[in-house]
Amino acid sequence: MAETGDGKKEDADYKRLQSFPLIRHTDMPEEMRVETMELCVTACEKFASNNESAAKMIKESMDKKFGSSWHVVIGEGFGFEVTHEVKNLLYMFFGGSLAVCVWKCS
Amino acid sequence: MSIPHKVGTVKSKQAPNVNTQPKAPVAKGVKAAGKKRDEEEATDTAEGEEWMQGKTLVKPPDQLDLTEKELNEEITRVLTANNPNAPQNVVRYSFKEGCYKPIIFVDQMAIHFELEGNLVHKESDEGQRLMAKQAEREDGAGDEKLDNLAKAGKKARKLTNQFNFNERASQTLNNPPRDISCQTEPPPRANFSATANQWEIYDFYVEELKRREKSKEKQEGQFLNKEEDKSKKKMIQAETQSDDISQLAHAAKIIERMVNQNIFDEVAQDFMYFEDAADEFRGEKGTLLPLWKFLYDKAKGLSVTALCWNPKYNDLFAVGLGSYEFTQEERGMLLFYTLKNSSYPEFSFNTASGVMCVDIHEQMSYLVAVGLHDGCVAVYNLKKKSDQPIYNSTASSGKHRGAVMQVKWQKDDLDSNHNFISVSADGRVVSWTLVKHELVFTDIIKLPAMDKVPDDLKDVIATAGTSLDFHKQKDYHFLVATEAGKIHKGSKYYSSKFLETYDAHFMTVSRVRWNPFHPNVFISCGWDWMVKIWDHTIESPIFTFELKTSVTDVAWAPYSSTVFAAVTTDGKVHVFDLSINKYEALCQQKVVSKKTRLLHIEFNPVHPIIIVGDDRGHVISLKLSPNLRKKPKEKKGQELPKGPEVEIAKMEQLLSSLR
Repeated sequence: MAETGDGKKEDADYKRLQSFPLIRHTDMPEEMRVETMELCVTACEKFASNNESAAKMIKESMDKKFGSSWHVVIGEGFGFEVTHEVKNLLYMFFGGSLAVCVWKCS
Repeated sequence: MSIPHKVGTVKSKQAPNVNTQPKAPVAKGVKAAGKKRDEEEATDTAEGEEWMQGKTLVKPPDQLDLTEKELNEEITRVLTANNPNAPQNVVRYSFKEGCYKPIIFVDQMAIHFELEGNLVHKESDEGQRLMAKQAEREDGAGDEKLDNLAKAGKKARKLTNQFNFNERASQTLNNPPRDISCQTEPPPRANFSATANQWEIYDFYVEELKRREKSKEKQEGQFLNKEEDKSKKKMIQAETQSDDISQLAHAAKIIERMVNQNIFDEVAQDFMYFEDAADEFRGEKGTLLPLWKFLYDKAKGLSVTALCWNPKYNDLFAVGLGSYEFTQEERGMLLFYTLKNSSYPEFSFNTASGVMCVDIHEQMSYLVAVGLHDGCVAVYNLKKKSDQPIYNSTASSGKHRGAVMQVKWQKDDLDSNHNFISVSADGRVVSWTLVKHELVFTDIIKLPAMDKVPDDLKDVIATAGTSLDFHKQKDYHFLVATEAGKIHKGSKYYSSKFLETYDAHFMTVSRVRWNPFHPNVFISCGWDWMVKIWDHTIESPIFTFELKTSVTDVAWAPYSSTVFAAVTTDGKVHVFDLSINKYEALCQQKVVSKKTRLLHIEFNPVHPIIIVGDDRGHVISLKLSPNLRKKPKEKKGQELPKGPEVEIAKMEQLLSSLR
C-alpha cells in the first residue's frame, strides 16, 4: 500500500486499513492465539453494538475451550493492570477503535 | 394267672404219671403259687380224688411244709392295676417354689413287651420309595402301575432344601487407611497493564502499516537477487544473500568441484594416467600435453606476474596478477587455484596495486607474502576469511621505493618470528620480520650501482634487482639478478659487499635460480635471448642456450638435476635435459595463441606438470611427456640408486666433462 498524503483519502484509508485485527501484546502459544483472536473477532462482529454480550460470548467460549476462569474486557477507552496466568493473555485491537483484553486467572 | 396246666386236676383219665411231672416246673410260683395250688388242689382234689384215688402226692423237695390249718387259712388278695415296680413317692424340684415337691401322679405304665412294626404309610416318603421300588420290579404290569411309577419318580427327586446350605464367611485383613495430601504449584502468574485509548490504537495501527511496507520492500529485493543467483552457477559461492544460503556454501563448493571434474573429466584422466606412447618413437624429443586452463573474468587486462605452488597442498597454486606496463592502471589480484576446480579460484584477494611476486611459506602454507608494484609488501593469511592482508608495509615502515620484484620466505629467526626477504627495483634487499602486528624491516644489502652511472649519482640512481634466490642448503647464500644484466652472489651475514659478481647477460636478467640438487650450479635467463647455466665457482657460464626470443622465466625440474624449462615471449616452452642432450631442447612447444607472451613457469613439486602464465592473465597447465622426465638408465645387475646424490652425480659428470 503506497503511503498517500491526502487528508481526505487518509480518513477513508484509516477506516479501511485499520479494521483488521491487530495483536498488541500476547504471550499465548501460536494455536491458542489464533483461535482466541478469531473468536474475539467473531464475537465483536456479532455484537457490534453491545460490548457486554460480546465479552460474555468470548468469556464463556474460552472457559469451555481452555478451562476456567477467563476474564474479558472490551472497550474503546480504559486502562488496566491485571494479574494473569503466564501464557494466557491476549490484548488486541480491532475495528480501528475497539480494544479487547482477554486473560485467565483462577 | 390261670395256670394252663392244672396240676393234678387232669380231667382225663389218663395215666396218673402225667400229673406228677408238671409239678416240678411250677416251683417258680413260690408262696403264692404254692398256695394257689394248694387251693386248687384243695378244690380240685376233691374232684380229683374222686377220679384218682389211686394218685399219690409228690412233693417237691423245697415245698413248704404247712399245717392243715395254715393250709385252710383264707388269704385275701386284691388285684390292682398298679405297677408294683413304679416308684410310689417321686419328688421333683420345683424351680418356681424353690423346693422339692412330691408328685402325686406317677406314671404307672410298665411296658412288658415292645415290637416295632414294619408297616409304612403309603403317602409318606418311605412309602413312596418302597412303592417305586416295587413298581420297578413289576415292570410292564399295567397302566395304573405306570402312573404310580411316574408320580413316584417325580416325587422321588430330592427337593433342594434351602435350609440345607451352610454359610461360611471370613474377613481378610484390611490395610489400615492413611491420609496423604499434596499441593501442586499454582500456574505462574504475571502482571500486565496497558491503556486502551483511541489514540493509542491509532498509533499502533500506523506503526504496523509501516512495518508491513518495509517488509514488503525487503522481500521484493531479495527475490530479484535470488534470481540472478540461479542463473550463474559460478556465483553460487560468491554471493550469499541470507544465512540460509551461506550454509549451502560447503555443499555448493563440493558440487562445483564435481561438476568441474565431470566437465574436464578427460583432462583429469590425462593428468593422472596419460603417458604419451608416441614418445618411444620420437627418440629424445618429448611433448607437453595441455591440461587445464585457468582464467578468471575479473583478471582481464592483467598479466600473470608470479606463480607459486603450495608446498603442502600439491594441487594448490598461487597466481599473482599485475601489470608490467608501468603506465597502465594500477590494480592487482592474488588468486589461488586448485587443479580440482579450474573454473574458479579458491581464494582471491584484491590488492591496491599490481602484484609482482608471490611466495608461500614452506611450513605454514597459509602464509603468503606478496610484493606489490608500488613497493609495499604484504602478508596474507589464507586461514582468515578476510580480504585484507594481516601485515602490510607502509611508507613509514620502510617499504620499497620501487616495485618489489621478488620475495622469498626464510626460516624462522631466533625469536621464532617468520621473516622473508625482498628485492625491489630500488636496489635494496630488505629482510622483513613479522613481529606481532607489524612488519619490521632490515636492510640487508644494497645493490651496487651500475657501471655506467657517474659516481656522484650512484646513490641516487638505483640498480633494479629483478630476481632473488637462496641456496637450498646454505641458505645464507643468495643470488640477486639485476636489470643491468649482472648477477651478484651475496651472503646474509656480509652486508657491505657482494661475494661475487657475474656478468651474465647483456640485458635484464629476468630470473636466477639455484639448482635444487647440485650445490654449485645455478641458472639464469635474460631478455637477451639467452639461458645460461653457471657453476658459482667459475666466472663464465658452463652452458649457454640461445632461444629465439627474450626468455622471461626459467625453472629447474624438482625431480632431476639436469632438467629445466624456459618460457619465451613468443609463447613457447622449451624443456631441456642436459644429461640427454646438451645442445638442444627436448621440447619446444608453443602453448598459447599468437601475440600472447608467456611470462612465468613453475614445475609442480610432485606431479609431472608445469604451469605457465601469460600476459592475458591466463594460466595453462601442461603435462610433461615421459621423454622429458627420464631417470638415468639402470645398468644391468646394478641397483638403481635413488635420491639427490644421483642427481648431483649426474650433474658433476656433466660438469667434469666440460672442464
